[in-house]
Amino acid sequence: MTYQISDTRVRSPRGPDIRATLARTAQRARGIFADYGLLLAFFAGWHVASVTGLLNPAVFPPLDRIGQALWNGIASGRLVGDIGISLQRAGLAFFAAVALGIPLGLFMGQIRAVERALDPILQLFRQTSALALYPVFILLLGLGEASKVFVIFWATLFPILLATIGGVKEVDAKLIEMARTFGAARLTTFRRVVLPASVPAIFVGLRLSATTALLLLIAAEMIGANKGLGFQVMNAQYNFQIPLMFAAIFLLAGLGLAANWVLVLLQRRLCRWNTARH
Amino acid sequence: MTLVQTQAKGEVTIRDLTKSFPLDGETLTVLKGINLDIRGGESLAIVGASGSGKTTLLRVLAGLEEPDTGDVLTDGAPVHGLGRERAVIFQEPRLLPWLTVLDNVAFGLEVQGVPKPEAAERARRYIRLVGLAEFEAAWPRQLSGGMAQRVGIARALTVQPEILLLDEPLGALDAMTKMTMQEELTRIWHEEKVTMVLVTHDLEEAIFLADRVLVLPGTKGDAIRLIDVDLPRPRDRNDTGFVGYRRQLMAEFGLH
Repeated sequence: MTYQISDTRVRSPRGPDIRATLARTAQRARGIFADYGLLLAFFAGWHVASVTGLLNPAVFPPLDRIGQALWNGIASGRLVGDIGISLQRAGLAFFAAVALGIPLGLFMGQIRAVERALDPILQLFRQTSALALYPVFILLLGLGEASKVFVIFWATLFPILLATIGGVKEVDAKLIEMARTFGAARLTTFRRVVLPASVPAIFVGLRLSATTALLLLIAAEMIGANKGLGFQVMNAQYNFQIPLMFAAIFLLAGLGLAANWVLVLLQRRLCRWNTARH
Repeated sequence: MTLVQTQAKGEVTIRDLTKSFPLDGETLTVLKGINLDIRGGESLAIVGASGSGKTTLLRVLAGLEEPDTGDVLTDGAPVHGLGRERAVIFQEPRLLPWLTVLDNVAFGLEVQGVPKPEAAERARRYIRLVGLAEFEAAWPRQLSGGMAQRVGIARALTVQPEILLLDEPLGALDAMTKMTMQEELTRIWHEEKVTMVLVTHDLEEAIFLADRVLVLPGTKGDAIRLIDVDLPRPRDRNDTGFVGYRRQLMAEFGLH
């Protein structure tokens, strides 16, 4: 006996069904609304409250004025220069921290004695706020670029270093033992097992550091700078150019989001095997 | 022209082996004066109550633990540490989650310096052998427990060991999968002609797979016992002979 399964759905003879397309679009719109609805409502609320005078428009200007200030700043090249110098400071410090933190962390995580000896001093440095040390760095390096980059470097180094050490230490010993049973040499085991297993933990450190880098950037630029987004926020406030101040703040938020987005993309590429959502 | 007589490879000789561990300031002797000859190509199961040292014995054979006294020899050569003639299959598959099934199976060969294309080629052969040809590109997280363990078995086989050491390899699987895998292991052992040393707490599994069953003494300190399983293969778990062996083994542990 055979069963016949008939498709009861009616198919349009002309290519894809318009209704199906519409349904898909509606579903996608719902998805976007679920993700960003609250954010959009926040901005809409701000704008309406500002226009109607519910919020003091001198402190919270309507969004179109902030947009105007942003556009003017970018068109005149003023904010572009600020973005450039800020990116340079944060980027330089971040990449220096990565270049030192990851190799050092991999090394320290591997060798118990080194990790044990360095851990107390690391904990002390980590718990000492980088901002508290900024005056020290200024004394040592002057008020120029060097001290700014260094304070950001200092603050970003520790999350990367500690995450890397943690990642290496938490590698499943059973996997290492498995590699050994196949006769893998120490270096091979490190390259083929320890390193890939540490990547997710290292990325946690990288993303934490990227956020810290921007945080410290603003603080450093608010003291003794004459350029940069952090300076612009302060400067605009002094001069009561509130829309410009918000424009700079939104740019900073945008930079943070962009940095995180780049790292998430990179992580997805490197950790395709991992289902964990970020 | 003279032909060299090829001996059965994969012989293991254990002489006066003793192994103890420090425990709360005292010494706990888990293996005491073990003597055993494992024939090349045979399938030997090691059973014993928990704490009898069956896993320790396997780890010593693997070279993961050094014995306190005594020697282990494979094909007449003393064993010091790990060796390429031996491969270990653990209770957990121990797959590398960032590698596909194919790359996991090729891993053993690759760390031994076999070029990648050749390693992949040889890995494919064993992936077919364990029946996972369609899953070559899958990630470990996509596999069921039984499938993951097959990958682990294939990985151990690709390095073409003479001696396969299995530490409760099916212990974490459900009853049905376990029985299927026992049949698979019999088939693989038969096709690959390796010496198989299997640690298990499952007496039925021991009778199903082994030519001989080694019963390790408990803490009472009796001598070890060897039971020949004289049953034709493929074995039938409901066969009267099989049931007889099960009764005999259970009696060893005071069970009915």
